[in-house]
Amino acid sequence: MSLPIAPPVAATPSHPDLRPRPASLIALFWAINMMALQGFGGVLAVVQRELVEKKQWLTLEEFVEDWAVAQIMPGPNVVNLALMVGDRYFGWRGALAALAGMLLLPLLVVMVLTIALSGVGHLAQVQGALRGMGAVSAGLIAGTGLRLVPALRSNVMGLLVCTALVGITFISIAWLRVPLGWVLLGLGLPAFFWALRQIHQIQSRQGEGA
Amino acid sequence: MNGFEVSDLWGLLGCFVSLSLMSVGGAIATVPEMHRYLVAQTHWLSESQFSASIALAQAAPGPNVLFVAVLGWNVGLASTPLGAPTAWALSSAAMAVSMVGIILPSTTLTYFAARWGHQNRERAPVRAFKQSMAPVVVALLISTGWLLTSSHGNVQEAPLLWLLTLASALLVWKTRIHLLWLLAVGAALGALGLI
Repeated sequence: MSLPIAPPVAATPSHPDLRPRPASLIALFWAINMMALQGFGGVLAVVQRELVEKKQWLTLEEFVEDWAVAQIMPGPNVVNLALMVGDRYFGWRGALAALAGMLLLPLLVVMVLTIALSGVGHLAQVQGALRGMGAVSAGLIAGTGLRLVPALRSNVMGLLVCTALVGITFISIAWLRVPLGWVLLGLGLPAFFWALRQIHQIQSRQGEGA
Repeated sequence: MNGFEVSDLWGLLGCFVSLSLMSVGGAIATVPEMHRYLVAQTHWLSESQFSASIALAQAAPGPNVLFVAVLGWNVGLASTPLGAPTAWALSSAAMAVSMVGIILPSTTLTYFAARWGHQNRERAPVRAFKQSMAPVVVALLISTGWLLTSSHGNVQEAPLLWLLTLASALLVWKTRIHLLWLLAVGAALGALGLI
């Protein structure tokens, strides 16, 4: 069996007005709801594919930027992201619709599962299945991270700095187990000032050209 | 195990509200604090109830934060033996209180912060913030996958589990295979005791 290869995502029009968008609050609710219900062990992998590749509401670059905000703010990341996307299209009502889509039906499913499995949770087969799904969902999260890497090519900090940041962050968090707060301060702060410097340089160059 | 009573709902709400704004990186980041309160301090949940609640919610569809709902529900069931309808009512209330507590403060903050960020998206510091955080959050995702699998043991202890994680990461990265197939394969291999 040959697996379909993901096509490049550059086909999405860069200007937000030219892009597909949810037609109504109900459509937004159901779209987010379907993503949530497909996401076992984490919704991010589904959300990235749906928003960027299938529905094309966001470009890969926009997705990474929104994801950065969603992940740095406190709270569940995909819930934050859904909230932001919903707000962008329909204001606070959109944010609420996206929040409801992300949480309501999945909550019902989880509660039904909790009650149904309360008698069999100790069985070796059930524990084994949870373990296997856990290993796969770990892979889904890491694989989604790898999928976002192409968005770094257009980053103002330059590919070399971005690659170094990815490498040092991974080693600090995954191997050295440095607390997230220290990583954000120690790496994020210098990176922020480097990005700010690059943006100012680009702006002054554009100013000279004009 | 101490019983959980209606008056304890306030304490439960307070616990999750105070953790909400600390949950940078997701609610899962505050699991150690939840464990301290629900298991060590109040004894509302046993050690195995606590970890089973999280494992179940991880395997179910939807955002990971739903493990908080399962925790809340199971805390409610720890109430002193009542008739089934009362126990279910208390469990539902405990579940609702837990979810509202963990979600409301963080989403409110994110809502206003993201709005401000979007309105000021052309400003250099806002752009610099998003651009500088992009590589960091990409690395955080890869690290999360690594840490989740590490919790079951290192490469020598659980080689097949690591292989399964690696294979699913590669398939997600390079193909468009439906994610549910991958999860079904993982569940089947686990249930058969192969990994």
